[in-house]
Amino acid sequence: MTKIDKSTPMENLTTGGDIYEAGNARDFKTGDWRSMRPVFHGDKCKQCGLCFPVCPENAIPVKKEDLKRTDFNYDYCKGCGVCSKVCPFGAITMKEEGVDQ
Amino acid sequence: MSIRERLSGNEAAATAMKQINPDVVAAFPITPSTEIPQYFSTFVANGSVDTEFVAVESEHSAMSACIGAESAGSRAMTATSANGLSLMWEMIYIASSLRLPIVLSLVNRAVSGPLNIHCDHSDAMGVRDSGWIMLFSENNQEAYDNTLMAHRIAEDENVRLPLMICQDGFITSHSIENIELESDDEVKKFVGEYHPEHYLLDDQNPIAVGPLDLQAFLFEHKAQQGEAMKAAKQVILEVSKDFEAWTGRHYGLFEEYRLADAEMAIVCMNSTAGTTKAVVDRLRENGIKAGLLKIRVYRPFPAEEVANALSHLKAIAVLDRADSLNAIGGALFEDVTSSLYVENKHVPMVNYVYGIGGRDTTEKDIESVYTDLTEIVKTGKVENPYRYLGLRREEK
Repeated sequence: MTKIDKSTPMENLTTGGDIYEAGNARDFKTGDWRSMRPVFHGDKCKQCGLCFPVCPENAIPVKKEDLKRTDFNYDYCKGCGVCSKVCPFGAITMKEEGVDQ
Repeated sequence: MSIRERLSGNEAAATAMKQINPDVVAAFPITPSTEIPQYFSTFVANGSVDTEFVAVESEHSAMSACIGAESAGSRAMTATSANGLSLMWEMIYIASSLRLPIVLSLVNRAVSGPLNIHCDHSDAMGVRDSGWIMLFSENNQEAYDNTLMAHRIAEDENVRLPLMICQDGFITSHSIENIELESDDEVKKFVGEYHPEHYLLDDQNPIAVGPLDLQAFLFEHKAQQGEAMKAAKQVILEVSKDFEAWTGRHYGLFEEYRLADAEMAIVCMNSTAGTTKAVVDRLRENGIKAGLLKIRVYRPFPAEEVANALSHLKAIAVLDRADSLNAIGGALFEDVTSSLYVENKHVPMVNYVYGIGGRDTTEKDIESVYTDLTEIVKTGKVENPYRYLGLRREEK
């Protein structure tokens, strides 16, 4: 499919905005919507696996080899904080986006 | 060879739907269109169609189910009236913006309130800017014929817009008149099969329908709808030509009745055109040059063609069966006046709001309009262009 972006003329857009390929949500980076930022504390994490299934944006990468989570993918994390709530070990804390501490 | 029958307007619409044999019909009954899903569910029950009939809990769901079915790749139809269409309103816009060629039989009725179940066009006028093709039908024959042509128009690759076929509630929907039907086989051949290029049930080519469409895209997608609506005009003419070659029954964008040599004319839609024809014939016997322009295709509005067909007249009356309550004129009046203005043609024009809530419009009423027009022809002046026809009010 031809690439569609903000400069595409109306004649080249798909009819009714239909999208003819799967998985294109990754083309739309939503990380800049975030007002709260989750911070991952690897030293406290027990790799229990509770956080990544609740992430609505699939922004917690899990390595295929050892099934261990790594740091957040901030391109897509909207900062909803659900992961921080479910973490039993305090390994995810939330801080205001753009503020150094 | 056509089959001679006697059917009501609702029976005519239901018969056309039976012959089209759509994949899905989702409907909720409402007067005066109730009989359409009622007859159709009988066809489903006795096996004369293969349609999946979805008995939904509201008209909002009826249109939603049609949207789902069309997106999936099937043909979906429904029928409604007045407040049923009002309840569909949100989904009416979704259907057209997703470019789904759903076909709806709209049996025109006054939108409440106060509560009224009889004919006027306020339901249709409420969705006139929603991006649906709108065909109006003078009688049962036209309701049947327009339905047979509907899918070929709506599904055309340059159009892909939903389409509604309007007929007058009770006046047409419940009157039994003679009608010529076509055979099931020939209808099937004319309508053809529906094979959309992209559809949700195509598991080899997954698609997303109706995605988020923000500032950078919605404008262009709306303009696409506008272009499709413009393209529909030519497609309607081509399909009507094929239809005429098959059945011998002629359809254009509008019907000109004794208009070519007329001095004055009425512009109207649906059943009132029949009454007007009778009056035109009688006036013609008395040497009065009266004519009629009956709109068939209301959306897309054939502005240029209407302007050219009316430009030779000395006075025009546009009849609106819905009051826009805007202190300027009915919707059809505004369309006709702006059509002439843009074509740089000027003819004295007057608007009558008539037949609200099923108020009878008789030959005598129509004759009074031509009497008013005769006066306008004489003086060239239009005083009070926004008038009522058949309204009770105090003598002044």
